[in-house]
Amino acid sequence: MSEYSNDTTAEKPLILDVRDLSVSYGKVEALHGLALKIRAGEIVTVIGPNGAGKTTLLSALMGLLPARGEIVYLGQRQGSDRQVEQLVRQGMTLVPEKRELFGEMSVEDNLLLGAFDRYRSGKRDHADTMAEVFDIFPRLRERRRQLAGTLSGGERQMLAMGRALMARPKLLMLDEPSLGLAPLIIREIFRIVGELKKTGVSILLVEQNARAALQIADYGYVLETGEVSLEGPSEALSSDPRVIESYLGLGGRH
Amino acid sequence: MDLQIALLLGQDGITNGAIYALLSLALVLVFTVTRVIFIPQGEFVAFGALTLASLQTGVLPGTLWLLIGLGAVAGLIDTVFALRDRQLQRIPRILGINLALPLALAGLLANIPLSSLGLPIQVLLTLAVVVPLGPLIYRLVFQPIAEASVLVLLIVAVSVHVTLTGLGLFFFGAEGSRTPSFTDASFEIGDAMIQGQTLLVVAASLTLIVALYLFFERTLWGKALRATAMNRTGARLMGISATMAGKLSFSVAALIGAFSGILISPITTIYYDSGFLIGLKGFVGAIVGGLGSYPLAAAGAVMVGLLESYSSFWASAFKEVIVFTLIIPVLVWRSLTTRHTEEEE
Repeated sequence: MSEYSNDTTAEKPLILDVRDLSVSYGKVEALHGLALKIRAGEIVTVIGPNGAGKTTLLSALMGLLPARGEIVYLGQRQGSDRQVEQLVRQGMTLVPEKRELFGEMSVEDNLLLGAFDRYRSGKRDHADTMAEVFDIFPRLRERRRQLAGTLSGGERQMLAMGRALMARPKLLMLDEPSLGLAPLIIREIFRIVGELKKTGVSILLVEQNARAALQIADYGYVLETGEVSLEGPSEALSSDPRVIESYLGLGGRH
Repeated sequence: MDLQIALLLGQDGITNGAIYALLSLALVLVFTVTRVIFIPQGEFVAFGALTLASLQTGVLPGTLWLLIGLGAVAGLIDTVFALRDRQLQRIPRILGINLALPLALAGLLANIPLSSLGLPIQVLLTLAVVVPLGPLIYRLVFQPIAEASVLVLLIVAVSVHVTLTGLGLFFFGAEGSRTPSFTDASFEIGDAMIQGQTLLVVAASLTLIVALYLFFERTLWGKALRATAMNRTGARLMGISATMAGKLSFSVAALIGAFSGILISPITTIYYDSGFLIGLKGFVGAIVGGLGSYPLAAAGAVMVGLLESYSSFWASAFKEVIVFTLIIPVLVWRSLTTRHTEEEE
C-alpha cells in the first residue's frame, strides 16, 4: 500500500485510521477488510459504483451500523458499542445521502439544532457559527425563515452541509452531495467543499461523481463490491487507466 | 333545556375539555417522539390528584415509595452499566439523581407539617413526587425496547397501565378523594353563573398550553424534541439522543398528567382507577388530530368535553358510550381523507 508515498501528508496527524473494517447485513457482508486513513485538513474521497458499500462505510464510521475491525478516531480506539451521540460530541459529523432535514422547521432552526450538542456542553457560540455558515451559503441567509421542506434540492444540500458545519466538526463526512442535483449546482457544491478545506476541517467525501470528487480531493479510494480495489493520491488516480475507463470515461457518467 | 342549563353544561364541558386537551397534547408528544401510545397517561392524573389529597390529610403518599423504589432500581442498573463501561465518573451523578434526590424528598416530606402548608406548596410537592415517575418509567420500561414496533410498545404501555392501576389501589385504597375547591368565587354574567373554579381550570390549562407552545417554539430543548419527532436519524446525527428525547417527553407527559389531576380533583372524586377513562377521553381528542397535530388534538378534546357534558344531560347512562362512539366517524373520516403510509421502522 502507498500509505507513506507522499511525505507532505505523512507529517500531518491522523484524524481517522480504519483497519480491517467489515460490516454485515445479516449473512451478507457489505464491506470486507477495508482500510482507510484521513489526515488533518485533508479531503479524502471514496468513489465507486452504486451498491459498492459507500453509504454502509459512512454509516458504520458514524456508529449507525455495527461493524467489526479497528476504528481509531483522533488517536482513540473506538469500542464496538460506540454511539452516534458520543462521536458527534467528539467532532464527527455526517451529512447523509437523504439529507435528513427537519422539514417542518425553518432553515434557521435546522441550523440551530446543528449546534445542539455544543450548546448542551456549554459552548454558546452558535450565533457566530451561524453567521459564518451564512457567509459560506448566502442562499441560506435569504431563506432563513423558510421551512426546510420547501427548499429546492440544491438548497437542501446546502442546508444539510450548513447544519453539519454548525457543530464545528473536526471530521465532516459527506455522502453523495451531488445526488439528484443539476450540474450547475453540483459545481457550486464542490467549489464550496473545496473551500471548506481552508477552515482546517478534514473531509471524507463519498461520491459517484468521480471526476468532480477527484478534482478537489487529496487522496482517493475506489470501492468496488465492498472492497478497496485501488487507492492513491487524486492526481495519480485521475490518470490511472482503470479509473478513466470505469469512472471518468469520455463524457463522464453525469 | 333552557339557556341557563345549556350555559351551565357548556361551562362544565369546557372545563373538562380543557383538561382532556392537556392530556391529548401529552399523548401526541409522547407518540411522535417515542412512538409509544401512552396508555398510562391517566394514571398520572390519578396519582397527581390522590398524592395531593394525601398531602392535604397529612399522610405520606404511596407514590413517594414508588418513586424511591423505581429510583433505586434505575440507579442500580445504570451503576452496573457505568461499571461495565468503566465510566466511573458517571456514578456520583447516577446515584445522586436516582437515589439521593428521592430520599431527600422523602426526608423533607416526613419532617414538615404537610396538611397545614399552603395550597401552592402542596401542589409543588405533589409535582415533585409524581413527575419524576415519568422519566423513570421511560428508563426502566421503554428505553430498553426503544427500537421495538409500535404494536409491541403499545402492549407494554397497556401492561404499565395495569401495573400502575394496581399500585394505585395498593397505595391509596379503593376510597376516592376529592380535594377542596381552589376558589369559591363565582361571577354572574347576565343569567349565567360562572364558577371561579371553572375559570381557574381553563386559565391554568391555557397557561400550560402557552408554556408548552413557547417551550417547543422558543427553546433549543423543545426544538430538539420536535426534531426527534420529525426525523429520528437526523436528530441523532445532531447529537440529540433518542434516550434523552424519550425521558424528556415522558417528563413533560407526567407533568401534564399530574397537573391535570390536580386541576380536576376539586371537580370530580378521583379513585385509583379514574385516570384511565379521563386519559382515554384525551386519547379520543388526540385521535381526531391523527396523533400528530397539537391544535387538532386540543380542539378534538374540547369537543369531547362538550359532547360528554351535553350527553350527560340527555342520556346520562350513555354518556361514555356516546363519547367513545365518536371515535368511529372520526376514524372513518381520517382513513378516507389521509393517505395511508406504511410504518417506516
